[in-house]
Amino acid sequence: MSEKGVLALYWAASCGGCEIAVLGINEKILDVAAAFDIVFWPCVLDGKVRDIEKMDDKSIDLCFFNGAIRTSEQEYMARLMRQKSKVLVAFGSCAQEGCIPGLANATTKEAIFQTAYHDTPSTVNPDGIRPQTETEVAEGTLYLPFFYETVKTLGQTVDVDYYLPGCPPEPERIWDAIVAILENKLPAPGSVIGAETTVCDDCPRTRDEKKIKEFKRTWEIVPDPDICLLEQGLVCCGIATRAGCGALCPTVGSPCIGCYGPNEGVEDFGARMMTALASVIDSDDPEEIDRIIHEGIPDPIGTFYRFSLAHSELRRIALPANGGSDAKLETAESA
Amino acid sequence: MADERFEPKIIAFLCNWCSYRAADLAGTARIKYEPNIRMLRVMCSGRVDPSFVLKAFALGADGVMIAGCHPGECHYLEQNYKTMRRFSMLKHTLQAMGMEDDRVRLQWASAAEGVLLAGAINEMIEQVRALGPLDWPKNWSENGNIEEAIEQLVEEHAEAMEVPV
Repeated sequence: MSEKGVLALYWAASCGGCEIAVLGINEKILDVAAAFDIVFWPCVLDGKVRDIEKMDDKSIDLCFFNGAIRTSEQEYMARLMRQKSKVLVAFGSCAQEGCIPGLANATTKEAIFQTAYHDTPSTVNPDGIRPQTETEVAEGTLYLPFFYETVKTLGQTVDVDYYLPGCPPEPERIWDAIVAILENKLPAPGSVIGAETTVCDDCPRTRDEKKIKEFKRTWEIVPDPDICLLEQGLVCCGIATRAGCGALCPTVGSPCIGCYGPNEGVEDFGARMMTALASVIDSDDPEEIDRIIHEGIPDPIGTFYRFSLAHSELRRIALPANGGSDAKLETAESA
Repeated sequence: MADERFEPKIIAFLCNWCSYRAADLAGTARIKYEPNIRMLRVMCSGRVDPSFVLKAFALGADGVMIAGCHPGECHYLEQNYKTMRRFSMLKHTLQAMGMEDDRVRLQWASAAEGVLLAGAINEMIEQVRALGPLDWPKNWSENGNIEEAIEQLVEEHAEAMEVPV
């Protein structure tokens, strides 16, 4: 047996950006390879699930798991990696809070299948074929994983030891986390490895009193280069978002969209945004308030829960079968 | 069960200075309101973070009421204006989530308005009763049998991935 640690990396419902982010630590990947035997990393190395299944429980020291859970196969892999790993890290926004795949919770499985297998202009499917979980062929039965109605986070599926936020996590923060793990200087189990301040704390823009009469979309104004974007009417999520990115977007004039997840102590990112934005609206008249909000924030789910719908208190929109109105669903689909 | 009347669970956040006293007044004046409401006293309606409301729904509440001092009469000067703006923001978001408007209500009630508050409570209970149970957590239960699918997968791996030595 080597004295090196054993490392595994896995991906579920994700875009692959987290894998690229790991390689973003550049030549330090060699230090990682010096400290760890990498036993499983489907994006980069050849490896078989069967080999992992045959390993002893807890024989992987550290597993970076990125991606949300939306199929039975991903659920199985989450459970398998949990069983085989001493420390399981939810790596990136998808694993932590659902991220962009989690926005599927703003529609339904049926609507997703309808779009993917029938409605898109590039789809040619005259027989209306859809993937089935079981298909009989001459050689026997073929199986496919089944697709969930609701996207889950890794933490909603198995116990997670640490969370590494970001879409994707910044390479410096990944390296910080690896060093913390190697030096055994980890925070309490269940916590986020990262900063405890907000993006605003890293933002170089000057902040004054926030009082706005209307929200503006990014294409409506050329923002002043020095003043807080929220004070200029742009919905900037820096106020609710954990620091860690170095305030990349607001620094270059683009409002924060919240990819680093909720700040420490915040469970529901959207609720935090609602509270903060409500405080800056400069009106005491109910009708004017409604107008400002409805005109300025036409897509509240996309604005408040772009990265965290699956992790939010409500997790998804109401299903039509459960009292959700079809009209709402159609709006969500056309948006 | 079908014959039984649906008894909604409604959570209410009442401010210490006006609305909770209105509820107290309703009590001492023996004004009756239906028992479907669970009241939580907060110091100010401005203390009610939208996450409290969302959490109540996520835990199975059928409706949520927020009650506070009338605008301009807040014990903390203007915090209930923040409540007003937050409520508008919250309602806008809940609409997008597909929740019926009547499941949330913002009610102003001064310490002298026990009758008004009791009336508002009864009205809301009737509206929510008419809507039926919300049972929000049911939205994220899956129809398929996850355990069966996973067992299938394990069998398949054992069969197809085993390399003969």
